[in-house]
Formats: sequence, structure tokens, C-alpha cells
Amino acid sequence: MRYLPLDASEREAMLTRIGVQDIEALFADIPADKRIEDLLDMPLGKSEMAVERAMTAIAGRSVAAGSVPFFLGAGAYRRHIPATVDHLIQRSEFLTSYTPYQPEIAQGTLQVLFEFQTQVAALTGMEVANASMYDGSTACGEAMLMAHRLTRRNGAVISGGLHPQYADVCATLAHMAGDRIARLAPDLKASEGIAAAIDAETSCVIVQSPDFFGNPRDLTPIAEAAHAHGALLIAVFTDPVALAAVRSPGEMSADIAVGEGQGLGNALNFGGPYVGLFATRAKNVRQMPGRLAGETVDAEGRRSFVLTLSTREQHIRREKATSNICTNSGLCALAFSIHLSLLGAVGLERLAKVNHANAVELADRLSAIPSVEVINTHFFNEFVMRTPRPAAELTEALAGRGVIGGLPVSRLLPGAGLDDCIIVASTETNTDDDRAAYARALADWLR
Amino acid sequence: MNVQGRPTRPETAAAQPRETFTGNRGLDMEEALIFEIGRFDATGVDIDEPAPFQSKLGPHARQSALRLPGLAEPEAIRHYVRLSRNNYSIDAGIYPLGSCTMKHNPRLNEKMARLPGFADVHPLQPVSTAQGALEIVEALSNALLIMTGMDAVAMSPKAGAHGELCGMMAIKAAIEARGEGETRRVVLVPDSAHGTNPATAALIGYSVRSIPAGEDGIVSVEAVRAALAPDVAAIMLTNPNTCGLFEREIVGIADAVHEAGAYFYCDGANFNAIVGKTRPGDLGVDAMHINLHKTFSTPHGGGGPGAGPVVMSSRLAPYAPVPFVKREGGALRLVEHTQGRESFGRMCAFHGQMGMFVRALSFILSHGADGLRQASEDAVLSANYVRASLNEVMSAPFGDRPCMHEVLFDDRWLKDTGLTTLDFAKAMIDEGYHPMTVYFPLIVHGAMLIEPTESESKASLDLFIMTLRDLATAAKAEKRERFQSAPVHAPRRRLDETRAARQPVLSWTRSQPA
Amino acid sequence: MPEIRYSKDHEYVRIEGGEGVVGISDYAQQQLGDVVFAETPPVGKALKKGDPAAVVESVKAASDVFAPASGEVVAVNSEVESTPGLINEDALGRGWLFRLKLADPSELAGLMDETAYGEYVKTLG
Repeated sequence: MRYLPLDASEREAMLTRIGVQDIEALFADIPADKRIEDLLDMPLGKSEMAVERAMTAIAGRSVAAGSVPFFLGAGAYRRHIPATVDHLIQRSEFLTSYTPYQPEIAQGTLQVLFEFQTQVAALTGMEVANASMYDGSTACGEAMLMAHRLTRRNGAVISGGLHPQYADVCATLAHMAGDRIARLAPDLKASEGIAAAIDAETSCVIVQSPDFFGNPRDLTPIAEAAHAHGALLIAVFTDPVALAAVRSPGEMSADIAVGEGQGLGNALNFGGPYVGLFATRAKNVRQMPGRLAGETVDAEGRRSFVLTLSTREQHIRREKATSNICTNSGLCALAFSIHLSLLGAVGLERLAKVNHANAVELADRLSAIPSVEVINTHFFNEFVMRTPRPAAELTEALAGRGVIGGLPVSRLLPGAGLDDCIIVASTETNTDDDRAAYARALADWLR
Repeated sequence: MNVQGRPTRPETAAAQPRETFTGNRGLDMEEALIFEIGRFDATGVDIDEPAPFQSKLGPHARQSALRLPGLAEPEAIRHYVRLSRNNYSIDAGIYPLGSCTMKHNPRLNEKMARLPGFADVHPLQPVSTAQGALEIVEALSNALLIMTGMDAVAMSPKAGAHGELCGMMAIKAAIEARGEGETRRVVLVPDSAHGTNPATAALIGYSVRSIPAGEDGIVSVEAVRAALAPDVAAIMLTNPNTCGLFEREIVGIADAVHEAGAYFYCDGANFNAIVGKTRPGDLGVDAMHINLHKTFSTPHGGGGPGAGPVVMSSRLAPYAPVPFVKREGGALRLVEHTQGRESFGRMCAFHGQMGMFVRALSFILSHGADGLRQASEDAVLSANYVRASLNEVMSAPFGDRPCMHEVLFDDRWLKDTGLTTLDFAKAMIDEGYHPMTVYFPLIVHGAMLIEPTESESKASLDLFIMTLRDLATAAKAEKRERFQSAPVHAPRRRLDETRAARQPVLSWTRSQPA
Repeated sequence: MPEIRYSKDHEYVRIEGGEGVVGISDYAQQQLGDVVFAETPPVGKALKKGDPAAVVESVKAASDVFAPASGEVVAVNSEVESTPGLINEDALGRGWLFRLKLADPSELAGLMDETAYGEYVKTLG
């Protein structure tokens, strides 16, 4: 078998060295009646060619985003990723290395993490960032728990503009930990009065900008209201490119900034693996979960990097750890960092501008169709479109016409009375032809 | 008070005189930060300026300047290639980290994961346009169920620790459904357990009661019975355990736990030892996470991403989180909401680590029933071969007995040498090896946990063994210099970790104005 | 010479009138390695003997420091928060952690004196 280098004679020699007759002697501790005698009930091993054939056939049964006009976001964004990124993350030393616990032979990983942390802090306008979490949604949940620890309270207030699945993750964690959570109703037009929901028991307010419905929000007054009650503001984002166009969490006085980094360097991958971004103020660093790479020197005084402040983590603190998290999203963080290193602020700002311009163009086109309404006054690269027909039917019909037109809100928020709303995203990957195809298909269907 | 620390600041070594102008040593190169080489006014990506348009950002436009460097493609490639060369990797050599299962990462997996029908599919596309993706989830789920003999699997957890959280949440939900949520608040955890176990229990409001391992390194039914009480919600057991031993009394333990009305969570980090040899479901397990990045070869990527699907018994299956895949008629659909269900909720947005599912399935299809069993046997064979070849020179905490896929030594054999496990590990680096896991599990002093995996050739194992024997001989002959100054040949010498913790510098800041 | 007593857990309490100055022993700081962080209890906190009172962290280990005797915290050493290395340099002197107003001086009889602690440490090997 191509991945197993030992041959029969070598196995024999090893058994002899060990001093046993056969391999079963080494499994003797398994209770006799619990041993599997035959092979597992699955096919035998396949050649590389056969595996490729089987997997390729399965892959053929999904529609790849790049093969059709594609306008879906809602927490994951189709980006053009420079060829350099995927090439570099496949280098053996990045792909097949482990967590950098032996820093002398892991300076590659550690320096990348240090650069990544710096980039994330700059992007979010915060002072310190960690070496990544699993994804934006779990980062959001962890931020909530961190706020509980910092304020010694356990009540979270969640905006009706937070991605519903992020809110579900927070709610699950809160229920399990016995914490309180108040979820405001879905807030289509960023008009909720969230400040009124904050009281002396609140540890944090969690607000997304741009929000799930595409509205950029001014979180500064919410920060003030939270701080007045001794609570913290957690600002959430789902497209890192947005931060080059709209005000950053740091600018709006957030205490913790969390979000999804998939939109830079990482493919859609049907939902994972993604990369959670997590940043905060320097004074909160000891309560921040996740790995941290720090700068130091080696015995010869050369600048070096090492995982630090590890006593926050599970392998030391065990039940008193800031989190149970062990892995970060290393390779995805690397991809994010490489993409952002190529872009720089100049390129990122231009990329954001193209995203916004494309969305504005699309919104103009679609709202020109009779009975179609774009809800948002302001948006970055996503907006809500309303039509007279149920959005779920619309997206199916569009798919049938070869257009992925967006997310029917009812899929994630059933029973919220928003069945006629669809969240439409636009990135730099959309062309004029794509927009024309969408408008045509939509007009067609509405006739 | 816990006093298990160790030195974290090297004696300052005489700085090696720099023989070269650049500070490089041939192919061993120094590399600056992107903030030092990139230009803050440049970009390495060509993006056309859009035609003039009416902005819809209103008052929400970013005000503060964003300052990040951009690198041209040649600069970027050079930067990251040079950085990568400072890393050890499985592709370069054996990575004998106990409990990490650093097996070979097949390249076919990478090719399959990049097929557009897998990589370029959005999680929220209409389900009719994502059937292939859902088929992958279904196929991997079925394979995991066959291997474990369990009844259901939650595919969404993003990593092993996340899977532990998922399994324990399901247990908590089941207990609450029985009306015992207030009374059962304690989780039994062996003192040899990985730190994620107690951390997970604490996250959901449980307190931890420790169970000692016996003199033979395993947990006895008696010890478990002694700790069981009406306040116990669950036991968390790793099998094979963190000492590399199969928990012989596991069936009796499972029975005792179930009789007491509690649940059995199994940490599946060491599943690689028993695939095709026994099934956790047959041993009485209620929930077990599987680290796809360990047993199923998905790459470690310098620390992640992982994936931690959780297999569950029929008792826990109703409480599994959303989403899950269901076959209805000829098509697959996604159940994304908990309404009308006993599901405990949601672990993360979207559906799980699809990219890792493709890789794991590719691995499983490649090995098949025969290959999977052979892999487990080779993993156990190799670990015992290492054990048999080293047990005359190093000390084993639980006597001379077979291990499973990893072998545990302690530091008693170093007692009169003035050297520590850490010194030994650093000397391995100079020999071109990544050290084994050190100082884990905590119950053994100066632990050294070696897991070769099934991917090593006999030649590779033999050289590794001979090297360790040579090092052990040198240690006992008190050739301290070789150890205490190590590593001398790596890109960096020992680091000042004290300074990193006392004066944390966690991002680059410009020291001079732009 | 102020009396000093040690717990099995390597905390010391140096008796000064009705108050006790608490810290970790020299043996403990050696074992822990370089201390990178110390967290003292809030002034005014009432502690019972054996309660977790403070935290001392090195790079690789985090240690709870338990109150060797019962009492009220009347002062804490703010110097160790900014310079945790003091605990390594001078555990019994400038590396003190907090000062207790002793609630029950008879508890001290249950602790080891300097000699007894020295013997005890030897047995730890």
C-alpha cells in the first residue's frame, strides 16, 4: 500500500526484535470478545487513480461558484485569490509542520503568526490580536466568555443584526454554561434600540458591522452606552475586506473585535476550514483565548519568536484555562496573511472599492426592475433585496436559470417575517455580464 | 501548589562570530518582517480602479488610515519560502510526537480538496446545487460509523477540543432531559488526561474529580467505582490512554458508569492504534471525538486547521447539534434548525470542516478496510519496535510491557547525569529530529512520549533508534555540553521565553516615524 | 528575628505581631522557574486557611498559592505585579505576596518551622 513503507520481512524482523510471535500479541489488552476478527465492512483500498475517479465524480455533482454568475455572501465571500497564496501554503514546511512548540525549528511558523497578529490588529484598529481561532462564529462565542471573565458578569446582549448562526453559537454556549443571553429581534434596517437593553448585569453587547443584512453601523454610541454600565462592546465582522472601507472596531471604541477571515486567502470550501480573527486592547490580553506568538531573543541575542503567555491555555491551566481550544487555524491564517501581504493597505483599499462599486452597480440594476426594492440606505458589498414573491422560491428559480442570486433570509431566520427578503452579495469577482445575467433572470421570473 | 516548572531562559551563549556579511550561512537564511521589507505605499496585486460611482457608505466610511505593507509577488515568494525553510516538517523527517499522530499527509488529498466542486462551493448555496458536497459529508459519516460501531455522528466540530465540547454538551443535554441537570455536576477525569478534557468540562459548568491511574498506568474499575456518585454526569477517558496503553478495564468501567446513571465520553486522540482492531461502540462509549488531523492524515498546517467529528451512541444521538445531513428520497438535505428537535444547539456557523472531510475521505478510500487495519498494526508495531530497542537505555514508568501506538519513557534514567528531559530533547534537534512530546502526560516525571506512526520506513526507525541510543550513552557518560548548549545547529538557539512572557511584544510597531 | 512558618504546600508566613506576611518559599521559586506573573488577592478579602489566595505563574506552570492561615488581607505587594522576577530573586524578602491580619494565631502551630521545612524539602528529592 503506497502510504505504508514496511514490507512483510521487515515486519517479521521487528516482531522478532520485540520478542512476540505475531502482531496480535501487541493487541492482547483488547478484551477478546471485543476484537474485530474480519476486516471492517467497507471496500478494500483503492489505487490513486481509482480514488481520483470516485472523488471527481462526486465533485461533479455540485455547482462550483466560479462556473455561474454568483452573488452569495452572508458570512462567506468569493474572492479572487492570487495564485501565489495556494502555492506557498502547499510548501511542505508550512503544510506538514506541527504547532511551534519547539521554537528553534519553527521560526517560519512563528514569524508568520507574529506578522498575522500585527496585520489583524491593524485591520481591526485594536492593540493586540491572537494567532487565530477556528472561525468567526466560535471567535464570537469566545469573546462573549472573555467578556464574562473580565466583567465578572454573565449576561450578554446580542444585536438583531448579528449573523443568526453566530448568535446561535453564543446561545448554545450561554445555555450550557448557565449564562444569560438576550437576543434582539432580527434588525433589517439597523434601527434597533440596543442601548436600552444594557443594564448593570450586562457583561457585553455583541454587534456586527457591516451587519448580516449588509448595513454598516456606527457602534460608537453603543460603546458609550455599554461602558457607562461597565459592560464591554464586542464588534463583529464577517468580511475582512469590509474593514478597509468602513470604520474599524477600534475606531468605534470596541473592547474586543472578532470576525471571519475567510474572505482573504481562503476558498469557500462549503463552510470550512475558515479562520477566526480575534483582537482586543492590550490590557485585556491575559484573558484573551487562543495562541499568541511573541517576540524575544535567543541565546545569541538574535531576534526570535515564540508562543507566549501560555499559562492562559488548556495544556497548563487545565480547568482554569481561558478556553479549551488547542489548535488554531494555522494554515488558513497563513493564507490570509500572504494574501494581505501581497495586497498591502493600498491594494486592500482598492479591492474594497471595487467590491463596493460592484455592489452599487448591481443594486442600481436590480432596483431598476419593477417591483424590486433594495432596502439598505447604506451598504458595503451586501444588501437586502425585496420582491413580491418568496425569496426561497426566487433563489431556486434563479439557480434553475444558472444564477446563484443570494441568500433567502428565511433559510437562516424562518418565522421572522422576512420571507420576501434576499441578501445579495457582490465581490470583485462579478463582471458586467454576471450582473446583466442576474437582472435578466430576475426580470424574467417576475414577469 | 504546583511546582512543576523548568528553566525558560538560556544561559547567554557566546555569540557565534558572524562569518558572513549578510548573517546568512549558505542556505540557512535570516529573514526580516514584511513590515521591514514591504513598502507601505505599494501593492503586489493588480486591481483596476473602478469607474467613478456614487458611494453608498454614507457616514460609515473608515476614517483612520490603514497602514500595511504590500509586497510584489517575487518579494512575497522569497519572504515566505525563506521563512518556510526555518521549519521542521513531516515531509522532512520523522515527527515522533506522542498523541499527535504525525503521519504522512498524502498529496492526493490536497489535489482532491482543490477540485472546484469541493473548494469553490459556498455553504449556503441552494442545497440542490451542493449535492456533491453533502455526499462527501454522508460518505465520511458512514465510514466513521463503520469504524467506530456507533450510531450517529456530529460532523460540525472544528477541531478535537471543539469535538470534546460537542460530546460533553450532548451529554449535558441528555442529563437535563432526564431532569438531573441540577444534581449531576461532576465529571471524572484521569489525572493523566490531556488538558483539554478538564478545560472542556469547566467550560460548561462542570467541576472535575480526578481519578488516579494505577501502578500499571491504567484506570481500574475500582478507582472509577470509588469516584462514582449520584453527582457524576460523565467520565472522560482517553483510550488508548496518554501513556500509550489500552485501558484494559474499559468495558467494566463503562458498565459501572452506566449503572451509576452517568455517560462515557472517550477522547479519541489515540484512535490510530485501534482502527479495524476494535470498535469504541462495542466498548461502551457514548461519545467520542475523532481528530481527522491525527488518525486521518489531514495536514497539521503549523497548528491547524483540524476537524473533530463526534460519533455518538443512540442514547445521545437525539441531542446532537445542527446541522446534519439527511437523505430524503433520492436527494440529500441539510437540517439546519433545532425547532421541534432535542438537539442542544449549534457549535459553529455553516457545516464543518468540509476541506478536511475531503482529505480524510480520500485517505480512507485509499487505504480501504485492509489498509486501515494494516496502518493501525504498523503504528503499534513501530512503537513497540522503538520500545524494545530503547528500553535497555531509558526507563519506562510502568515496567517492561507492550504499548500501543506510542511508547512512554520518564527521566529516572537521567537521574545522575545532571541533564533533564528538555536537554535531551534539544540535543535531538541538532541530530535533525523534532523531539518527541515532552513533559506530557503530567503524571510521569520528565515524560518522553514517542509515536512513530505507520508512515516510517524501517530504515528511518533504525536511524532514529540508533541516534537516541547514541544520545543516551552520551548523557550517561555525562557529556553535558552536547545537551546543555543544544541546539547549536538549528536556525535559532534556545529562546528566552521568560522575557517573552514578562515583556510581551505581540505585534510589530514602528520604532521610527514613517 | 521574626518567626517564619511553612506549609507543606511551600507557602511561608512570617509573623510580625498579629499579622503574617505570606509568600512562596525559596524552594518553590526554584522549582517553578522564572516567574512571569503574580496575581495578589484584593485588599479586604477574608481568607480561610487553605483557600486559594494568589496565583504565581512561570512560563510553563501556573500555581495557586493557598492561604497558610486564616485572616483578612490588609496589604498586597504591588511590586511583584510589575516585577514578578522579585519572587525569584528574593522570595522571602521583596518577593512577598500579601499581608494577613491573622484571625487565629493558634493555626500556626500546625505549620513547619524553618528546620522542619528544610527536612521536608530534602525528602522531596
